[in-house]
Amino acid sequence: MPWYQRWRNVFRPEKLNAELDQEFQYHLAETTDRLVAEGLPREEAVTEARLRLGNYSIQKESTRDMNIAVWLDSTRADIAYGLRQLKLNPGFTTIAVLSLALGIGANAAIFQLVNAIRLKTLPVQNPQELVLIDFEDGSVRHGSGWGPHGIASYPQWDQIRAHQQAFSDVMAWHQELFNLAMGGEPHYARGMYVSGSFFRGLGVSAILGRTLTERDDNDACSAGAVISYAFWQRQFLGDAGAIGRKLTLNGYPFPVIGVTPPSFFGMEVGNQYDVAIPICADRLLAKDGKGRMPLNTGFWLAIIGRLKPEWTVARATAHLRAISPEIMRATLPTRYRTEEAKGYLANKLKATEAGSGVSGLRTEYERPLWLLLATTGLVLLISCANLANLLLARAAVREPEIAMRLAIGALRWRLVRQLLAESVLLAAAGAVLGAGLALIISRSLVLLMSTPNNQVFVDLAPDWRMLAFTAGVATLTCLLFGLLPAVRAAYLSPASAMRAPASAMRAPASAMRAGTRVTSGRERFSFRRGLVATQIAISLVLLFGAFLFVRTLNNLVTEDPGFKAEGIFAVEIDFGKSAVDYAARDASAIETQRSYDKRRGVYHEISDRLSAIPGVASVAQVDITPVSGNGWDNLVGVDGAAAVNGKDCNFDALSPGYFKTMGTTVLAGREFNDRDTLSAPKVAIVNETFARTFFGGANPVGHTFRVSAEAGKAEPVYQIVGLVRNSKYHDLREDFQPIAFLPKTQDETPGPGATFVVRVAVPPGPVMNAAKNAIREMDPAIQIEFHALSLQLQNSLLREKLMATLSGGFGFLAAVLALLGLYGVISYTVAQRRNEIGVRVALGATRANVVGLVMREAAVLLGVGLAAGIGLSLWAGTAAATLLFGLKPHDLASLTAAAALLASIALLASYIPARRAAGADPMPALRSD
Amino acid sequence: MPKSRNDKLQGTLTLLVLRTLESRGALHGYGLCEHISQVSGELLEMEEGSLYPALHRMEQDGWVSSKWEVTDKGRNAKVYAITAQGKRQLADEQQSWDRLTSGVKRVLRYS
Repeated sequence: MPWYQRWRNVFRPEKLNAELDQEFQYHLAETTDRLVAEGLPREEAVTEARLRLGNYSIQKESTRDMNIAVWLDSTRADIAYGLRQLKLNPGFTTIAVLSLALGIGANAAIFQLVNAIRLKTLPVQNPQELVLIDFEDGSVRHGSGWGPHGIASYPQWDQIRAHQQAFSDVMAWHQELFNLAMGGEPHYARGMYVSGSFFRGLGVSAILGRTLTERDDNDACSAGAVISYAFWQRQFLGDAGAIGRKLTLNGYPFPVIGVTPPSFFGMEVGNQYDVAIPICADRLLAKDGKGRMPLNTGFWLAIIGRLKPEWTVARATAHLRAISPEIMRATLPTRYRTEEAKGYLANKLKATEAGSGVSGLRTEYERPLWLLLATTGLVLLISCANLANLLLARAAVREPEIAMRLAIGALRWRLVRQLLAESVLLAAAGAVLGAGLALIISRSLVLLMSTPNNQVFVDLAPDWRMLAFTAGVATLTCLLFGLLPAVRAAYLSPASAMRAPASAMRAPASAMRAGTRVTSGRERFSFRRGLVATQIAISLVLLFGAFLFVRTLNNLVTEDPGFKAEGIFAVEIDFGKSAVDYAARDASAIETQRSYDKRRGVYHEISDRLSAIPGVASVAQVDITPVSGNGWDNLVGVDGAAAVNGKDCNFDALSPGYFKTMGTTVLAGREFNDRDTLSAPKVAIVNETFARTFFGGANPVGHTFRVSAEAGKAEPVYQIVGLVRNSKYHDLREDFQPIAFLPKTQDETPGPGATFVVRVAVPPGPVMNAAKNAIREMDPAIQIEFHALSLQLQNSLLREKLMATLSGGFGFLAAVLALLGLYGVISYTVAQRRNEIGVRVALGATRANVVGLVMREAAVLLGVGLAAGIGLSLWAGTAAATLLFGLKPHDLASLTAAAALLASIALLASYIPARRAAGADPMPALRSD
Repeated sequence: MPKSRNDKLQGTLTLLVLRTLESRGALHGYGLCEHISQVSGELLEMEEGSLYPALHRMEQDGWVSSKWEVTDKGRNAKVYAITAQGKRQLADEQQSWDRLTSGVKRVLRYS
């Protein structure tokens, strides 16, 4: 009989049984007939026939075994048995499956994120051959930087391209936002400038049209745009006729020449690109017609290379180091002075692996994610400990039954298999449910990590790694909580189990309820207590972590940023292509003195119009708003010292009334006013840290400082006229930095964009509308964007908020689980010691005595758990050190708080069964023995 | 003459059943039992029921095939017939049996 038939027969027992019965019955009938023919009476004939046949059941079973796959059949029986057991205990089953699903789901979700952000490789050809070219630490590149990954100037890129030997292809790119709108509120697309070799080098081909090639990225620059699949669907609705249609980027038209496949999202994990145009297009979009390409001091390009066959990363680094000197020589910026030039010439290039792309998201979230994975792992561990405890308790109850089965010949491993079936079913159910939960949880996490300005795109499609992880976790949990009880149950010696008091056999029900098995119960029970103590220890670690992160978030949120963020919003203006600005330019659209003057007039008018809106308390103009991600720094020397030998200082430019608008106190001197004009002496206002850094804390008002200038130009001298309170510059976490504020009115070259901060005393909505209208009246082509400053601050704290929320949630969950475990164990103790307690009460113990007795037991467990937990917490705290703010990783306050919280609820949880025991009538306990 | 015990018979059951089916054609289990006990002159007797596991085993190995038939008495009976593979197996087993018995005979004859 072929194997599939044997498998099928496992699942059609009735049919098989019927057939076998028929065969045997026929045999019996014929034998009976013959015996009757020989003269035996009917009934005797029947009996004799059966005798001759032998043992009907055994023969039938042996025959049946020939027709089925025996192993499959016994597995099926085990599973059916396990299912039945689970159905009989719906409460236990639900709790077990839910806690498993949550534990496994949370782990799988976080792993999915880690996978997507850290482990997955780029969807390009042979990503393991890709290598990121970067400068070694300590390189000198003074000038302007753009974008999070830009490292090289265009001349440097040219040189690398010409001289490198290690790579079969080198590709350059730069990320930027392009405005698709032609005026009014901007509508941004996430863009990339790419070199001609980009798509070919990565091995990405177009699914429609073609990708950019070297011929597109040259001096002639007949630029076209390659769009992503997602953008094609969104913007052109997947229309095949999109090829050739025009896209306006920053006001300049580009024809669409191709669409990339859906799997290609760009170079940055967590970001989905929309449009790619050749690098030469930077010239077309630049306001001065030249752009960044000719700049020796503009570091905006990121560079990636594909290793030639047989080349390694180390060899490539060595090669890059070797060619670095000539590259630096050829691109040395003329404006560098001697010190800077020396440093620049010593710059060295290196190569690092880039198979999984670059990612700001990764840098920001990698550590928290691994920590979260560890956290969820610990929560799962606690869950498993709970389940193990429960299963051990149930196995103890079934001891007589198992002992009986062992005594009549069951194989131990067979019993283990049967007991394990239940755990396997639980783990399987938990895993399936958990996998579904994981998808929901991971999507929610991504939503949590996104802000409207900075959406996170992560490929969360489940892949084999995630499924393997989920299956692995499920198997591990099943082994952790299922195997041990099963093995312990099946490997006890039947004699000791059956030696249980005779009453157990006489009145099994009550004996099982009381669990009065002293001998085998004892050693198993200390294992269970050990489990609970471990749970308490782990919960303490998680609670401690939760406290740390919540307090970090609190510290950051309550950190005084140096200004009042509530009630301020920023208005960003760009009149790049508006008639207002163009009218002032000369024939070749180059900026002139007239255009600068015109701009100043425009700023003034905007400022006036904004101030006139009802509800506006004050308005000021500023170049860089706090915590915006932008920065401007330069070298400063005080009181006649040359700036080149001075220290670094941050800068900002603002109009009069800024500090009033921002709510930053002026400590000495004055704010800027209308008398600080272009013809007046240059003035500046500095903050406290500046005073401390450069003047040792003395009042800086009246002193002067110089700022580093380009080679050949004199260093400008500023007089300090005011001292203000410290305020945050780059982000909330940093210490206060020295800042020098310059007046916008003394800005010789105002740009075509400006930012105004507006303080409102009323809800900002109608004010923003009024502002939009007011500016549009001047020229509808002016682009306007609004930001609430408090939102800007909040968004910078996203990661901390995530950690606080999640660690808080998991800490809470862990504590609840540990307490359930403690409750279970204490209840069990009480049940076990029922006789003892009954005797004590009968002899005169009061309620309080009994409660104290039980609580002592709980206190011991708690004590051991807390001691171990404290040790673990201090050790584990170091892992989170870099993520904390205002706290040390061994923060005693948090540790004490967590321990106190855990201890108080633990004692409460054990008080309940203690009270129950104290209140119970001692007679039934005494009588049952 | 002492009746042959079950255990030794089980080993040769395959041989006996295959030979019976070859010479008698298709038979049901009862018929096989009858034939073996009759032809052996009641020298061989076995627990009748133990024939069936063996028969099903042989069917699984592909040496016999089975089908259900209605007898003259109107009862349903499962009838077994030897297959080509079974015939080959029979030849093999017969050879082994001959070798075994000759060898045993020779050793017993040695005095």
